[in-house]
Amino acid sequence: MNWISEWALPKIKTLFGGPREVPDNLWHKCPACEQMIFHRDLERALHVCPHCGHHLRIGAKQRLDITFDPGWQRIELPKAPMDPLRFRDQRRYADRLKEAQARAGQEDAVMVAHGAIEGHRAVIAAFEFSFLGGSMGAGVGEALVTAAKLAVLQDAPLIVFTASGGARMQEGAISLMQMPRTVIATRMVKEAGLPFIVVLCDPTTGGVTASFAMLGDLQLAEPGALIGFAGARVIEQTVREKLPEGFQRAEYLLEHGILDMVVRRSEMRATLARLIGLLRMPEAAAEVAEGEPVPALPPPAPAGAQA
Amino acid sequence: MRHFLDFEKPIAELEGKIEELRRTTDAGGIDVAEEVARLRDKAQALLKTTYAKLTPWQKTLVARHPDRPHASDYVAALVTEWTPLAGDRAFADDKAVLAGIGRFRGRAVAVLGTEKGKDTESRVRHNFGMARPEGYRKARRIIELAGRFGLPILSFVDTAGAFPGIEAEARGQAEAIARSIEACLEAPVPFVATIIGEGGSGGAIALAAADRVLMLEHAVYSVISPEGCASILWRDAAQAPQAAEALRLTAEDLRRLNLVDAVVPEPMGGAHRDPAAAIAAVGQQVQACLEPLLALDAATLRARRREKFLEMGRNSVL
Repeated sequence: MNWISEWALPKIKTLFGGPREVPDNLWHKCPACEQMIFHRDLERALHVCPHCGHHLRIGAKQRLDITFDPGWQRIELPKAPMDPLRFRDQRRYADRLKEAQARAGQEDAVMVAHGAIEGHRAVIAAFEFSFLGGSMGAGVGEALVTAAKLAVLQDAPLIVFTASGGARMQEGAISLMQMPRTVIATRMVKEAGLPFIVVLCDPTTGGVTASFAMLGDLQLAEPGALIGFAGARVIEQTVREKLPEGFQRAEYLLEHGILDMVVRRSEMRATLARLIGLLRMPEAAAEVAEGEPVPALPPPAPAGAQA
Repeated sequence: MRHFLDFEKPIAELEGKIEELRRTTDAGGIDVAEEVARLRDKAQALLKTTYAKLTPWQKTLVARHPDRPHASDYVAALVTEWTPLAGDRAFADDKAVLAGIGRFRGRAVAVLGTEKGKDTESRVRHNFGMARPEGYRKARRIIELAGRFGLPILSFVDTAGAFPGIEAEARGQAEAIARSIEACLEAPVPFVATIIGEGGSGGAIALAAADRVLMLEHAVYSVISPEGCASILWRDAAQAPQAAEALRLTAEDLRRLNLVDAVVPEPMGGAHRDPAAAIAAVGQQVQACLEPLLALDAATLRARRREKFLEMGRNSVL
């Protein structure tokens, strides 16, 4: 599975599939249970299927909207070189990129913003999967480094919502080098004593998983999210075995000790706020216990004393 | 039996002819020394022109050549008092990753490598150079050991990539690679990595986020194999030669993009034609890279290493 078959081809089909009827936008079909969902219900449920609980993919802007308190601000990202390899497959990468930029209204696959989550200041980097499969090239590397610097500057935690097919092939080894580059970004945040929290969303694979996205102080994921290093097809071809049920899903990773928790979208905001509060304000909510005061323990016995 | 690549056929034919003539001479036939010398010159000239203009796909094949010196050959030739170390202390010893300590030109060093193996039996033992999480965790352990005792680190990378398997995923392949990259970047000691054959994606960078990265002339270093890229972007793995071209995976391209620090020339006709000379050339370059790094303290090394990788992508344009 990759971003072309998953996203680009269906998108192209819809683009050229003739004029779109208005009702198409009013009803959505859940990709998991195939039930129809009225658009307003879907919106209200944060794009989680009210019938089966399936978490539909959402875009970066929407992610920021539902996570931050109102008033968050998106920041401008430094430009990365455009098509550094002059890459061409069946189409020119430069054309694919320009098209994605025009459609998404952003330079690359990550949006960076700062704001507050239930009053706790935070910087968020959110992946846009519909932008070339959320793939990581120099632009995405730049976005994560910028987000890390902003977090340090603002003395705020960095939260990354991932959704990526992995490294961007069209930037060759430059994409590969975004792995160490983004790992450095995580070090900057951690060395400043700030929490680095990763929320793995559907899907997160390849070079993104194998770099910054596995280095969170805390690793969260949305239910059912596909998370892994190698693609399922590649694994099947290599080991010639059927993949186990639920393989590479968030719950599977939780079971195997790779995540801290799987959090429903409706609870994500409150969870993040609580985590930030616990890590950043250890004494803020200290309460005096009622009842008899507990006597203090005696001081430790001097060295050499017999028990 | 020497292994010839497809594009080496004309050279193979000439060498076959030389061999045949030689046998006639040995059998007491007419003296053909002159003819042999003539053919030998011709073969050499052909080898030279062929290897001077290898396409990226041909380089990929050379980089994967079964007779090409492997990580273990570099260790055997360049490291004395070689002491292999094993295990990730958690699950297993992954033999795709070679790790240990020894002396390079008299100086104690830690050594890491990805080892493909030479024959069927050893290829299976080394899992064809494709490491599992345990391999990257072992690497991280050795990097930390090197840091504690001030040993410079040398790595020799030759892998198609990290192993794509069910168990590997279950045990956190991605996390293991990420932590290994982090360990490389954090190492408080000089670190010189050499891409000796295939630099396959995350499985390669996991051992190569180093102060100096060298690459052999005919080695390749890429985010995805040409076959993998072709099957995704061209929907046809047979387009691999075209993908190899587009990916810019040769040493020359990586150097121009500022993603590696230097290219080590190979003997004429590739490292597999003269492994000893290829290894010696790498040894010299590693030594030349290591020398100035030894004068730097831990903080400076780390800061410069970070600066170098932070720039990658900003100034990398062909």
